[in-house]
Amino acid sequence: MSPQLNVQSLRPVSVCTPTISTKLELSDLYGTLKVRLGINRNNYTVTPGLYKVGKPDSQSDVLVSANYKLSFDVLRKNLHSLNVWVLVIDTKGVNVWCAAGKGNFGTDNVVKSIKKTSLEHIVKHRRIILPQLSASGVAAHKVKEDAGFKVIFGPVQAKDIKSFIETGYKATSAMRKITFPMKERAKLIPVDFLYVKYKLLLVMVVFFILSGLDRTGFLFSKMFNTSIFPLINIFGGYIAGIVFATLFLPWIPFRSFALKGAFWGLVFAILVNRFFAVQALEAISMGLVNISIASFMTLNFTGSSTYTSLSGVQKEMKWAIPFQIGFIAVGSILFIISKLV
Amino acid sequence: MQYIKNVVTLKLDNNLCTGCGMCAIVCPHAVFEMNKGKAHIIDIENCMECGACAINCRFDAISVKSGVGCAAGILNGIFNGTEPSCDCSGNSKTNCC
Repeated sequence: MSPQLNVQSLRPVSVCTPTISTKLELSDLYGTLKVRLGINRNNYTVTPGLYKVGKPDSQSDVLVSANYKLSFDVLRKNLHSLNVWVLVIDTKGVNVWCAAGKGNFGTDNVVKSIKKTSLEHIVKHRRIILPQLSASGVAAHKVKEDAGFKVIFGPVQAKDIKSFIETGYKATSAMRKITFPMKERAKLIPVDFLYVKYKLLLVMVVFFILSGLDRTGFLFSKMFNTSIFPLINIFGGYIAGIVFATLFLPWIPFRSFALKGAFWGLVFAILVNRFFAVQALEAISMGLVNISIASFMTLNFTGSSTYTSLSGVQKEMKWAIPFQIGFIAVGSILFIISKLV
Repeated sequence: MQYIKNVVTLKLDNNLCTGCGMCAIVCPHAVFEMNKGKAHIIDIENCMECGACAINCRFDAISVKSGVGCAAGILNGIFNGTEPSCDCSGNSKTNCC
């Protein structure tokens, strides 16, 4: 107890450092599930400040985290049996990597948080451990200059933090690499799926109505009887682009996300066509719409991926966006024509 | 997994490099390797232009046009007349950057 009493006595009396558990409760898991489904995920935060795990003293390590509760939970559940300080900085509830890219998990914020929590009075050493993915926002040498603390970049994933600390801050090359396995991609799909749900609904409503067009004007019976083909194609393209193309991302050899999506759109269009006896013009028109939607949805997934470069996305968008707009425009026109002839 | 070829803007000036190894530590795609006291780019096609190496190179030996490799972010930028910006706090995605 005595080292801890000493530590406490160095601090302003009014400050009480809360201790956090390394066990996640059912409510935490429920919160995670909701966030993964896109519910409340922009307001899932932890109060910034200093926290204790176990019984840290003036020699214990300081781990820095974002104040997105999902990031915070992943970190703390991996700290079992460790005695460390956790410094949660205000990243506006955004995860480490995104916040680093935007500058919220940046040099200035880290320096400010060190000073605000009077870290130099709490620990005697002068080192802090940051998640590696914060390095795109934090210049280690500048933190040292401005706050006097040496930044040690820890592993990419929190699950490796224990072994990183226990081996004297050594990370294997695997710990330094970000991967993007199917499991991780699958976790991101629900949010992406719901991302443009209203636009999807709008397109479906438009095609539902267009289905009633006829040489003789507009027929409600035709609308109800024939709209299933375009609607399945539109929804199918959406699923192809955001579920299939992303789940099987490396399986399709094209590097371009727009092409990966287009491929699955084409597959879905052909499949849907097998089950419906529609005339060729309508089949082609909805194929184009299907491919366009699938391609756009997969292109959007570049934002969720862990390996796409800005230059690459800009390059593929230059041809992909005109091609997607063209496909959906020509598809829509052909669809209308197919209804009128 | 690798993305579009021959577009990455990463550059390493070997004359300025002191071999401190920071770039190799921060890079999440193992783009750098330390050899004979200098950093070397071993596979530039792995680079996603996150910029971690450049801002952590205190000798300014590395340059890269960094930013969000995110189609929605680039479209946001075009519509708002700004740099590509993935507004994570808005309606974008979990790993949006």
